[in-house]
Amino acid sequence: MLTFRGGVHPREDKEATEHKSVEVLPLPARVFIPLSQHTGAPSKAVVAKGSLVKTGTLIGEPAGRISAATHASVSGTVADVSDLPHPLTGRRGPTVVIDSDGADTPDDALGERDYSGFTNEQIVETLRLSGVVGLGGAAFPTYFKLTPPKEKPIDTLLINGCECEPFLTADHRLMLEQPAEMVEGVKIMSRVLGVQNVMIVIEDNKPDAVATMTSAAASSGFKVRKLRTKYPQGAEKQLIKACLKREVPSGGLPMDVGCVVQNVGTALAVRDALRLNRPLYERVTTVTGPAIKEPKNLRVRIGTPVKELLQFCGGYAAEVGKLIMGGPMMGIAVSTDEVPVLKGTSGVLVLDRAATVFDEHDCIRCGRCIEACPMGLAPQRLNNLIRRGQLEAAKAEHVKDCIECGCCAYACPAKIRLVHQFKYAKSELAAMERK
Amino acid sequence: MRVLRLRLPGKDPVGAPVQVRQVRTRGNGAQVSTDPKVKAEAEVKAEAKETGLPPSSTSTLTSPLVVAASPHVRSQASVSRIMWVVAIALLPALGGSVYFFGLKSLLLVAISVASSMLFDALTQRAFGRKPTPFDGSAAVTGLLLAYNLPPGVPLWMPVVGAAFATVVVKQFFGGLGHNFINPALAARAFLMVSWPTHMTTMWLKPFGTAPLSGIDAVSGATPLAFVRRAAELVPQGMDLNELLRQANSLAELKRLFLGNIGGCLGETSALLLLIGALFLIIIRVVDWRIPVAYIGTVIVLALVLPNNPMTYSFHVLSGGIILGAFFMATDYVTSPVTGKGRIIFGIGCGLITMLIRLYGGYPEGCSYSILLMNVATPLIDRLTRPRLFGAVKKTKAAK
Repeated sequence: MLTFRGGVHPREDKEATEHKSVEVLPLPARVFIPLSQHTGAPSKAVVAKGSLVKTGTLIGEPAGRISAATHASVSGTVADVSDLPHPLTGRRGPTVVIDSDGADTPDDALGERDYSGFTNEQIVETLRLSGVVGLGGAAFPTYFKLTPPKEKPIDTLLINGCECEPFLTADHRLMLEQPAEMVEGVKIMSRVLGVQNVMIVIEDNKPDAVATMTSAAASSGFKVRKLRTKYPQGAEKQLIKACLKREVPSGGLPMDVGCVVQNVGTALAVRDALRLNRPLYERVTTVTGPAIKEPKNLRVRIGTPVKELLQFCGGYAAEVGKLIMGGPMMGIAVSTDEVPVLKGTSGVLVLDRAATVFDEHDCIRCGRCIEACPMGLAPQRLNNLIRRGQLEAAKAEHVKDCIECGCCAYACPAKIRLVHQFKYAKSELAAMERK
Repeated sequence: MRVLRLRLPGKDPVGAPVQVRQVRTRGNGAQVSTDPKVKAEAEVKAEAKETGLPPSSTSTLTSPLVVAASPHVRSQASVSRIMWVVAIALLPALGGSVYFFGLKSLLLVAISVASSMLFDALTQRAFGRKPTPFDGSAAVTGLLLAYNLPPGVPLWMPVVGAAFATVVVKQFFGGLGHNFINPALAARAFLMVSWPTHMTTMWLKPFGTAPLSGIDAVSGATPLAFVRRAAELVPQGMDLNELLRQANSLAELKRLFLGNIGGCLGETSALLLLIGALFLIIIRVVDWRIPVAYIGTVIVLALVLPNNPMTYSFHVLSGGIILGAFFMATDYVTSPVTGKGRIIFGIGCGLITMLIRLYGGYPEGCSYSILLMNVATPLIDRLTRPRLFGAVKKTKAAK
């Protein structure tokens, strides 16, 4: 079966939510919408304190070559536009706060339409203004991926339904519940890219999703492929290697090997943006973990404080140790449950206190990190260099190629915080280069 | 990276001033204190004092959260679990040793393990490290050390060996993970040069009902020593061909495989060692590459090298190759970390073992081969870096 070198097999822990249909979270009273929820430049606020907005109204326009628009996720009044700490980075950035009027009045522009006459340029522009970004976690603006430069011809579109992070089931549920809409979104993207070879790839731990997508895609000519369940099967570079046997060059992008990868949830968002003219103001996210009473998959408005999701799921079941935006392998631990859901929030994971503290030992050179690294790095060696402060040496040993998938630290019997070290080294190196 | 602790004090995260606490950690940074709760609570209080705001917020959390870099789940593997699993895998061979050489074996092993753990912990305490006698590593060192002793040695020998292994070889260099040669083997080499007579003549005949003192139960050479001495025996009227025929006979090989021979405590029974080793390979604690490369090299060299009177199976089964290849060459700390490096390491061990056996001054080269390759490990690691994902195409693109 299709796969790649390296990787690990963490416990899947998906049972709690994989059979639960997506529920709609009641409207929050107040939303906090950061204008930077995507890779690239933050969008620029086009509303001010006191502005009246409807659901789906543009509140931030894309600013720069790589950027995405931001929209109101509820109707009501803008309570403030100010610099608040970003939930993931902690850096202050412009955030639009909206008090909901509870009516959820849709913006006038929203509504079903026929987009069949759209040119590719119109479709791309629609996606740019709809604020559609990759929903798999990294939140890369979708329109940008769909407009590769001419010198990089694209021959394959991969639709990523792997959802290889343990605990998360949002993509899985969407594949089961909206397969036809998803395929429509895939058609739109393949049309814009002009590619014939389209593969929808799903890990073999979701046979029901494979079956559903296969029948939904039957008439489209898209191939649905099963991949061996292994983390990080859904990482872009590993996915391309597994499916096409092509290696994205170090420091390169999928388009360098003629490939574009889009998440299944993104395909759905693309379809909604075109067919319904509905910008990306909500997403489906998995709320799960051992310290939450009732794990669920929820359709949530962007900007909803996480604590409202948790309350809707019955509240905490145990003393909380860690609250994680995303999955357990790559998600970001946050320090409060007041942070808002972002476009890239594929899950909210609540771990109990026992699961959060690991005793670190000295490295015993077992080599498991090297075996686990899907990028062909030597994490143990990099760790030594970084701890000695030899950042240039770490750079020469390709620390910047680390995709922070967490396989090395997961496998490490000494529980060394390897990813922590690499993130530190990468940010220090980036800072040195900026100077 | 920057690790951030955010806290939004006050009822209204918008209206109230927001405290952003940036804790910048260095590369070695454990950003979470051993008791994060206590530390974070103290911070909350300090903040409340600074800002004059109540520490409460609209958050529904009752206690502070741990903020650390991903991944947030870890595998079940741990250092001590690995060490104890290795110790367990070594136990069948101990059973064999007791069966063949009597209870003296058990006593030697017990002394060796206990003194290793004790010296390890004492040195750690003396150096201000946290004593970890029960992490399993000292126990494994003690077991391996005892397994490398002739069963007839006096009881103080494992004590001296354990002291050298744990204090000098292991803790002087920084403790578990930092020693550059295998502690048990280094101790064996140390005992070998210090008390050569004890280390090379205190063999017991299997099934000997040796009294616990053991001193008066010395007898018979090991198969390898027997072969080495063949040249001396011939002038005394022995028929060399007959000697070799005996040594290479199927019955002799069977005895070697089962362990019914003279030799070091733990190395006699290939069968019992292989049971433990196979278990370790199946649960992936031991990488198959080193033993396969090691033993494969021994077999190939036994077939091709001149001046070798013995069959390859005799070479594999006699002496400490099985014990060395599966349990000592595979020591994580002192062997290469990469797959390719481990193959090179194994080949090197096999090569040196055979050179010593056939052309050197000792009958047995196993422990020295591993020690020498231990020293070469950093070099091998350097030469066998894993292949970077996407590296080939990058160089092409650069041209």
